[in-house]
Amino acid sequence: MIHWNSLAEFLAMGRHGPYVWGSLLVMALLMVAEPMLLLRGRKRLIARLRRQHRAEASERRQTGAGSRSMANGSND
Amino acid sequence: MSNKLINWFRYASPQTFYPLAGRMIPWFWGLAAIFGVAGLGIGFLLAPTDAQQGEGYRIIFLHVPASWMSMFIYLVMAFWAATGLAFNTRLSGMMASALAPTGALFAFLSLWTGALWGKPMWGTWWVWDARLTSELILLFLYIGFIALQAAIDDPRRADKAGAILALVGVVNIPIIYFSVQWWNTLHQGASVSLTRAPSMAAMMLWGMLLCALACWMYSIAVALMRVRVIMLERERHTDWVRALLAGRE
Repeated sequence: MIHWNSLAEFLAMGRHGPYVWGSLLVMALLMVAEPMLLLRGRKRLIARLRRQHRAEASERRQTGAGSRSMANGSND
Repeated sequence: MSNKLINWFRYASPQTFYPLAGRMIPWFWGLAAIFGVAGLGIGFLLAPTDAQQGEGYRIIFLHVPASWMSMFIYLVMAFWAATGLAFNTRLSGMMASALAPTGALFAFLSLWTGALWGKPMWGTWWVWDARLTSELILLFLYIGFIALQAAIDDPRRADKAGAILALVGVVNIPIIYFSVQWWNTLHQGASVSLTRAPSMAAMMLWGMLLCALACWMYSIAVALMRVRVIMLERERHTDWVRALLAGRE
């Protein structure tokens, strides 16, 4: 049922090996990299927002209640 | 009718959509993996040699799904852009922004795999013909959309500007699709079409369709992941994001 007689024949792809594997490799790399980068970005964002929220909360405690709109001034 | 509307707008709120998207993501990853393994298995292990192109034709299992997705994602992006302009819903702009990088990725992959297919078959990596050039313009449209949104600080204004660009650019999609019929081109015509029987062996067709399905599932999973990040970032001052981030350590 399998089309190939040997691994070498499979890898050679009838002289088109570099083109076929070059396509597959780059496609696979990018399709793994994209979700990995997203996961990393999400982790960093969550850490940053938690820091911000904590900083705002402690600021509120120091200056008293009702100054939340002031504490939201950071715009990064 | 009114019931349906209420439901839709309920899910259009980021607060409701965020956990829903989170629950859906693993399912789409699972489906992407199943379809991907099946499609690549059929395409690279079982499908017969092509009579004209030899083994090099197997790039079709990567190139055609990537090209389809690059065009389809643009249409979905333009749909969300139009919805955002018409109804001013927050989620629409976020969805459009979430789709653009994945669309750009597939447009690049379409060009990359196309170049690697063109070299052995046509003897050249690239020609400035209608199909290839319009696909390159699609990549530039995605990049332009991303750059335009990044250049505008206010997210709602960035959404609007991006939406207009996305809608203007939609004219490029039929140009890409029909370019092989409208102009003389080196690029081969469609192997699969809705109006006639496919001009390829059943095994090849199945491999290609399964790979395309895998790319669909991948795109949905990644777009949902990205829209969740965008939601957290944009809604960072709201109570629901505060509660969410305070709740989980």
